[in-house]
Amino acid sequence: ENVFVAMAQHLGDSHRRFLQKMMVSGIIDDKKAKALHQICCETHKTQYAPDKLDEFIETINSKLQPLFMQIRKGMSEENGQQFYALVNTAETEITRMSSEYADNELELFRKTMDLIVSSENGTASSTDILNSADMMITKKLKKSETEHLLTRLVSDKWLCEKRGEYTLSTRCIIEMEPYIRAMYQDQVKMCYICHSVAFQCQICDNPSCGIKIHSPCVARYFKGRTEPHCPSCDDFWPHEIPEVRGLHSQSKR
Amino acid sequence: PSVSQVQRGLEKLTPTQVDQKTAEVVQYILMKDQKKIPVRRADLVKHVVKEYRNVYAEIIKRASTTFEQVFGLKLLEIDPKNHLYILVNNLDEPAPTAAPLVCPTNPKMGLLFVILSVIFMKGGMRGSGVRETLIWNTLRKLRVDPGQKHEEFGDVKKLVTEEFVRQKYLEYVRIPHTEPLEYEIRWGPRADVEVSKAKILEFMGQLYEQQPQSWTQQYREAHSTHSPTQPRGQK
Ligand SMILES: [Mg+2]
Ligand SMILES: [Mg+2]
Ligand SMILES: [Zn+2]
Ligand SMILES: [Zn+2]
Repeated sequence: ENVFVAMAQHLGDSHRRFLQKMMVSGIIDDKKAKALHQICCETHKTQYAPDKLDEFIETINSKLQPLFMQIRKGMSEENGQQFYALVNTAETEITRMSSEYADNELELFRKTMDLIVSSENGTASSTDILNSADMMITKKLKKSETEHLLTRLVSDKWLCEKRGEYTLSTRCIIEMEPYIRAMYQDQVKMCYICHSVAFQCQICDNPSCGIKIHSPCVARYFKGRTEPHCPSCDDFWPHEIPEVRGLHSQSKR
Repeated sequence: PSVSQVQRGLEKLTPTQVDQKTAEVVQYILMKDQKKIPVRRADLVKHVVKEYRNVYAEIIKRASTTFEQVFGLKLLEIDPKNHLYILVNNLDEPAPTAAPLVCPTNPKMGLLFVILSVIFMKGGMRGSGVRETLIWNTLRKLRVDPGQKHEEFGDVKKLVTEEFVRQKYLEYVRIPHTEPLEYEIRWGPRADVEVSKAKILEFMGQLYEQQPQSWTQQYREAHSTHSPTQPRGQK
């Protein structure tokens, strides 16, 4: 119902400024989004309702929809924080990337995605990626070119890297979720708790169950339960239960 | 083509076809604009408009309207001879509060300007920041000791990590997985909106007697399209 209220809502300069900032950043966390919402409203002297950020964004989205763009919300698999990303919704595959990267670069990115999707923990090592670069159909990439490309993919916020292990960035997952679901129907699993695609997660040990739950979702779901059991098959949940990160684990005050 | 020719061309198309093509044109221009590349009409026609060239006038008119109504941007033809287009910000600038920061007269704002400059120059753009120790060390070099009461600023650490944070000029953020706890300082959303990165570069250029362009990455960021505080060609 909110959506319809939002659609009827008038798009003003506060919305436009918010959208301009989103175009620069690409992705912002919910805390930044809230602050930006306030500042955009204040700057343009429009009414500011702190709890109406999602409606505010829905108003923008109603105008973006015919342009195949959208501000979409998603969670960081690493710490559970909510993010807003400006995404391209056109049906074509990896749309926005195709203007930025050459064909063989896109092929390597796809290979990296294959590795990440087929792994248990949502990561691909640089060694595996370099090896898969040897088996490319399009123009082969040299080792140094592959390394340079990986750096670029990280700085363009498609991949994240930690100690030689690559994961899909939050922004990449938010933007490409529909593509990933379509391309990897058989392999990709949804988080049992939040129903989004799950890469970095815990898996139920029961072979006939095997559900996946994001670590932050694990933390929230099992919080305060003494004996963790799988929400699907009721087997004992054998993994370490991470702590719920404070909403602003970062904020000092 | 004349107005009536465009009209006749439009009659052969469905509204959905025209909308779709307009959306493609908008996306193409946004993409080029993000890299600060002016769009040539000839390229636009060749790569996007294609077989719709007979209704080009109508499509570019609709794209223009979309830029203004949805994005608060104005599509400007900067070179009528070669038909080059750029996007400029079309929103009213929040001038009053920005003034003291562009040319700080208030010492507190001067201090803030220095901190924002350090963060910007050290590459902490787009959401990332710099370790707080870097800020404190820089301030010490300017004879402002965060551990001592300053006659102008009082408790400097409090001013930076609380007052500026409350005003949304800065963010004070814990760095995950650090033991003992470490914090970083980032640009806050108000600084994003009010402070001109181009001005910071100008200031750094004067300080170090260098061309602002010599900081390539920062120059690109400062002149990226949508930083709303840059003076734009809209007047
Ligand atoms: Mg920004
Ligand atoms: Mg602009
Ligand atoms: Zn989940
Ligand atoms: Zn189970």
